[in-house]
Amino acid sequence: MEEINALFHGFSVALTPFNLLLMFIGITLGVIIGVLPGLGGANGIAILLPLTFTMSPTSAIIMLSCIYWGALFGGAITSVLFNIPGEPWSVATTFDGYPMAQQGRAGEALTGAFTSSFIGAFVAVVMITFLAPLVARFALQFGPPEFFSVYFLTFCSFVGMGKGSPFKIVAAMMLGFALAAVGMDTMTGRLRLTFGWNELMRGVEFLCAVSGLFGIGEILLSMEEGLSFSGKSAKINTKVVIETWAKLPQYWLTLVRSCLIGCWMGITPGGATPASFMSYGVAKRMSKDGTKFGNGQLEGVMAPETAAHAAGTSALLPMISLGIPGSPTAAVLLGGLLIWGLQPGPLLFVEQKDFVWGLIASMYLGNIAGLIIVLTCVPLFAAILRVPFSIIAPIIIVICAIGAYTVHNAMLDIWFMLMFGVIGYVFKKLDYPMAPMVLALVLGDRAEENFRNAIKGSEGDLTVFFSNWLVGSIMALGLVMLFWPLLARLLSQLSTRLGAAARRAP
Amino acid sequence: MTRTMEIIVAAVLLSFGAVVAFDSYRLGAQWAEEGPQSGYFPFYIGIVIGAASLVTLVQAVLGKAAGGNKSFVEREQFKLVLAVLVPAALYVLGIQWIGIYVASAIYIAVFMVWLGNYSWLKSVALSLAVSASLFVLFEVWFKVPLPKGAFDPLSFLGY
Repeated sequence: MEEINALFHGFSVALTPFNLLLMFIGITLGVIIGVLPGLGGANGIAILLPLTFTMSPTSAIIMLSCIYWGALFGGAITSVLFNIPGEPWSVATTFDGYPMAQQGRAGEALTGAFTSSFIGAFVAVVMITFLAPLVARFALQFGPPEFFSVYFLTFCSFVGMGKGSPFKIVAAMMLGFALAAVGMDTMTGRLRLTFGWNELMRGVEFLCAVSGLFGIGEILLSMEEGLSFSGKSAKINTKVVIETWAKLPQYWLTLVRSCLIGCWMGITPGGATPASFMSYGVAKRMSKDGTKFGNGQLEGVMAPETAAHAAGTSALLPMISLGIPGSPTAAVLLGGLLIWGLQPGPLLFVEQKDFVWGLIASMYLGNIAGLIIVLTCVPLFAAILRVPFSIIAPIIIVICAIGAYTVHNAMLDIWFMLMFGVIGYVFKKLDYPMAPMVLALVLGDRAEENFRNAIKGSEGDLTVFFSNWLVGSIMALGLVMLFWPLLARLLSQLSTRLGAAARRAP
Repeated sequence: MTRTMEIIVAAVLLSFGAVVAFDSYRLGAQWAEEGPQSGYFPFYIGIVIGAASLVTLVQAVLGKAAGGNKSFVEREQFKLVLAVLVPAALYVLGIQWIGIYVASAIYIAVFMVWLGNYSWLKSVALSLAVSASLFVLFEVWFKVPLPKGAFDPLSFLGY
């Protein structure tokens, strides 16, 4: 078992006192970020990225990924106690979590949420441990056409699995690609889309886009609602924890289903948010207490939390093995890799063993640390939410501005951030999705480079993308995803027509 | 109205796509000796943005979009949004002139007094504390320099 050896090596990398300290700091910051409205995993990590520039890449990724775990845990606290989802993926947790809190069972709901999050994450990490090296080894044989086809599939999946108008998804995604193209063309050295404005030569920094879209945009939206928090209080003591844990095994089937949904949605870029909704829906349909869902069922808290955490964790699988992030937060982590001077992609497993296995080992440790911290410190974190919005909002804006500035020490980036804030606000209101836009902004250059290298090799012949079974089938799958909204409509029409015909026949 | 807003945003995106395609065409979106030219990829990106936005635009004009005649934002809500946005813009301008530490202190204090109805004393104390801790965190501990502004009122600190 090569992986087990490598994993133990990873533990030896991750288990230094300094890294453990970073882990606890990361989790705590992450939970705070998850609790605060306007700060989420993606922009929280984007803002804190500059603090890691002086660390070693391994320590840096351990801290940042722990912020991510913390944010995943933190979203549940506000959902249960305040009926306000701190993160989009914890919306489904409010359906049963808040009713439980109203019935005075907040401690039970939170323990259930945290524990099932932990289980979801744990399953996903085990999967990463064994699957990621395989995927990476397989991907080592990839050439530019194969890589482009994987990018193609990633982006088409957004269209196929997205909920809103496919045209808006495409427009937002392509906007990301266009913004990524701004600046110096690395292959020919020519300036693109700068319109003679020299400061644009560097391109549009995606970290300011993330801070603006998710941070400022979110604050503008929260402002509309004129926030007033009124929350339930919760204390978790050992007795509640043990009683809740005793109830968990009877829901094992829900847990298994939710883990599967989460892992699947995380690897394909569905992300944690649709995973949590889907898992809630499936649990409601399959459970024998399905009709009681929405009135405070423990199962209704566990299902979305397990799936969200499993999805959030497994989104890192394509990021470390292929260099393709499965979620905006993973995209920010990928941006971090580039800044620390690491080349994301399958070669990481060969060239940066310490880094990769240190990261994977820290996923195990970070989630255990996270579970302990959230179970013991809930009242503390809930108190943060009682700090009025009129204090939190300006501080978040200040922190976003710092985050945007520090990437390149450029004043222009702060203005960009503000502009992206307005774009984020308008896009959110009109249902333009932001995840594909951010992913396109991060991956645009690499997707383009692979595309150009591929057709350069074939001298402009686009059939290179169907030249062997591997690249051909990935491209075909991508095309199915791209036209899925259309196909789904045709299929449902066909089935109703067939159904009508079948009814008429006998 | 949401519909008007849909139309405006789709039109803006449409023209953005056109600009991208046009500028890429100017750079050369053809096939050169050594491979695809710089504008090759972005040219098609621009075309796709334009095409997708055109569909959204037509849908919105025909009234088929989801939002319909619902209002995009209530007047009261819009006031609140502007109450955050305008000071934020002034704040960024402030960073440019007097540096991030002083600007942040002023911004947080004004925000608290104006939108949170806190007393001046409380607001100023908190905002100074935040600015000071940012200064210690970034300049002293992590040695990450933040913008000091064109006039740099804190130059006497020697950072």
